[in-house]
Amino acid sequence: MSKNNNFKATWTYADAPESTDHIQIKKQYELFIDGRFVKPIKGKYFDTINPSNQEKIASVAEATSEDVDVAVKAANKAFKSWSKLSGKERGKYIYRIARLIQERAREFAVIETLDGGKPIRESRDIDIPLAANHFFYYAGWADKLEYAFPNRKPKPIGVAGQIIPWNFPLLMAAWKIAPALATGNTVVLKPAETTPLTALKLAEIIKESGLPKGVVNIITGAGETGASIVNHPNVDKIAFTGSTGVGKFIQKAIAGTSKKVTLELGGKGANIIFEDAAIDQAVEGIVNAIFFNQGHVCCAGSRLFVQESVANLVIEKLKRRLETLIIGNPLDKNTDIGAINSTKQLKTINKYIKIGLDEGCEIYQPECNLPKNGNWCPPTLFLNVSQSHRIVQEEIFGPVLTVQTFRTIDEVIEKANNTPYGLSAGVWTQKGAKIFNLTQKLKAGIIWANTFNKFDPASPFGGYKESGFGREGGLHGLKSYVKFDD
Amino acid sequence: MLPNLNNLPTYDTVGVNERIDRFRSRSIKKASKVEGLKLALSMIDLTTLEGKDTRGKIEQLCYKAMHPHDTLKDIPTVAAVCVYPTYVAIAKEALKGSGIQVASVATAFPSGNSKLQVKLDDTKYAVEQGADEIDMVISRGEFLSGNYQYVYDEIVAVKKACGKAHLKVILETGELDTLDNVRKASEIAMYAGADFIKTSTGKIQPAATMQVTYVMFDAIKDFYLKTGKMIGMKPAGGISTSKIALQYLVMLNEVLGEKWMNKKYFRFGASSLANDILMQLVKAETGAYQSPNYFSKD
Repeated sequence: MSKNNNFKATWTYADAPESTDHIQIKKQYELFIDGRFVKPIKGKYFDTINPSNQEKIASVAEATSEDVDVAVKAANKAFKSWSKLSGKERGKYIYRIARLIQERAREFAVIETLDGGKPIRESRDIDIPLAANHFFYYAGWADKLEYAFPNRKPKPIGVAGQIIPWNFPLLMAAWKIAPALATGNTVVLKPAETTPLTALKLAEIIKESGLPKGVVNIITGAGETGASIVNHPNVDKIAFTGSTGVGKFIQKAIAGTSKKVTLELGGKGANIIFEDAAIDQAVEGIVNAIFFNQGHVCCAGSRLFVQESVANLVIEKLKRRLETLIIGNPLDKNTDIGAINSTKQLKTINKYIKIGLDEGCEIYQPECNLPKNGNWCPPTLFLNVSQSHRIVQEEIFGPVLTVQTFRTIDEVIEKANNTPYGLSAGVWTQKGAKIFNLTQKLKAGIIWANTFNKFDPASPFGGYKESGFGREGGLHGLKSYVKFDD
Repeated sequence: MLPNLNNLPTYDTVGVNERIDRFRSRSIKKASKVEGLKLALSMIDLTTLEGKDTRGKIEQLCYKAMHPHDTLKDIPTVAAVCVYPTYVAIAKEALKGSGIQVASVATAFPSGNSKLQVKLDDTKYAVEQGADEIDMVISRGEFLSGNYQYVYDEIVAVKKACGKAHLKVILETGELDTLDNVRKASEIAMYAGADFIKTSTGKIQPAATMQVTYVMFDAIKDFYLKTGKMIGMKPAGGISTSKIALQYLVMLNEVLGEKWMNKKYFRFGASSLANDILMQLVKAETGAYQSPNYFSKD
């Protein structure tokens, strides 16, 4: 019998924007091939936009198949000497890159936020430090590969074509480049067309680090550029993170070739709250699971399952918590939820919100003043949904959470696994035995217990089913970049 | 009646710590900082609880309470002065007409290890001396041995002895060990009639932490949703800088919200916090930090 459950905050915090005067962004960015910044052969450029205000930040070169060819040739040439270099020497370069990222962490964080719309709190505290940590971690492995694979002689594969998404631009570049270098491969990397800037800043750091030319090539462009990398005959390994649709295309394209591949694709993670969970922390976990990075997270906990006995309590608490989230200028240090990465993605999210409404689902969005310009979407809940709703089945990749209830453990396991995806899941209970029971039965590559969206370089990451295959991070992440004679 | 303590929410320390980190990382600048600092100053229970307290000490502290900084404009006085029962009358006299409350610790503070009658007499004495607020301690030994009914009955009896005086119940969270225990003790205190729940005596380490304060906020929120009654909160001990005080206020703002953002429902039990706040306020006005020697130490 709640009387007035308004716990709204009225003490508003003054603007606290992170300063941008310490960063350097060029007007125009070229392709990073063979240790130099070169103009694209066809001379085409595209704009990269700040999604929080739709202003252009810089022009970026668009690589065509001709440029891809030059880059792959450079990588191929560099492979001959790089793969022969001792692990200890390779490690030195990787350590140097890690340190340079740390030294320029503040600049990277601001650019990541400008280009991608994520809150500075996240780019500063999560994206950039984790990216540096990945380089540090794999630098340590470079001279210990024989111990990683005892009694087998691991050898590098060759040229790795790496295509990364726009949700964690620098972090994904680190996930891809660090293990490839540690194992002696060379790289042609393509960042996403909406967020190319931090990868290009990384190219500057790589140049500064003195890494032999051609070992890492960073070329920019959209889907066609990516396709040229995938189809290039001298690329020996494809590592892709992105949508399941593109993942399927890559599988088809490389069928019948000897190319090795790892795919890290979409997800529709189940976040399961049991009645014996620490409810308040579980509510916080729900927020971290789906509203972290505006829900642009492949492993987001986008399907919430709450045990019926606590469903009302959890939903009430969740609604109240949403009211206190601060949405707005991503550069403001107090912002919890930033801008949607691109107009295109906002359209997709709005399409799904409309589908949810058309399907008759109950929607909840907290009152919030969204900025006028830019791409914005308030945190959104869809209540009283079932497995049969499209918004439960398809990946939305935005701040939209579907809420379902369940009665028994078997029921929730069945529902959680009843999806073509299998990337992540979360379990919230204070009972250890229940956690182990579920982690054995959930078909997901990553399962968090009493937390969500935690990442560590030492921990492998990857999916089941249509969420892809291969693991990144940890010892497992090395395996995708080596071959064995035996 | 003693509430059912078997179905209370539980707390996960890792999760609570994460949430606390979010409050701590809020950036409070400019106008919002000045607003927060003034609010924090107005919420202070200026405290001296020492064996060596004297009439002189109490009178000086009371003057400080009324005149935190006479050259700074538009600053509030503190909320209350907190003393032992024997000094209540002196404080009451010194603070006459200022609107500042006199709070007194009672019930065999700080250990609470005495028989009920002694505790009730202690409370009545403080009230007779003129205390507006009584800060009692719970019997932690009885609590930890599972004798919740005893703890509950004791608070009910002290509440009765308080008469019109407001009752703050000190849980001494530093001795309760777990967050789940803090929640349990909060529940007992609120149902037994506490007007405020308070973390610590200041005599045990750790004293107030943001973690236990968060759990107590959560208990207050749930109690309000169930009963419609607003309980106040007082973290005490260890809150010595403006920065920490602002972090507590951010947490109060985002968990309990505007209705609790005043001295009627939130207090800081602190002694050195006031001067640090004043120093920050002067800095906000003049743009420069002054030497601590410019701030009176009473």
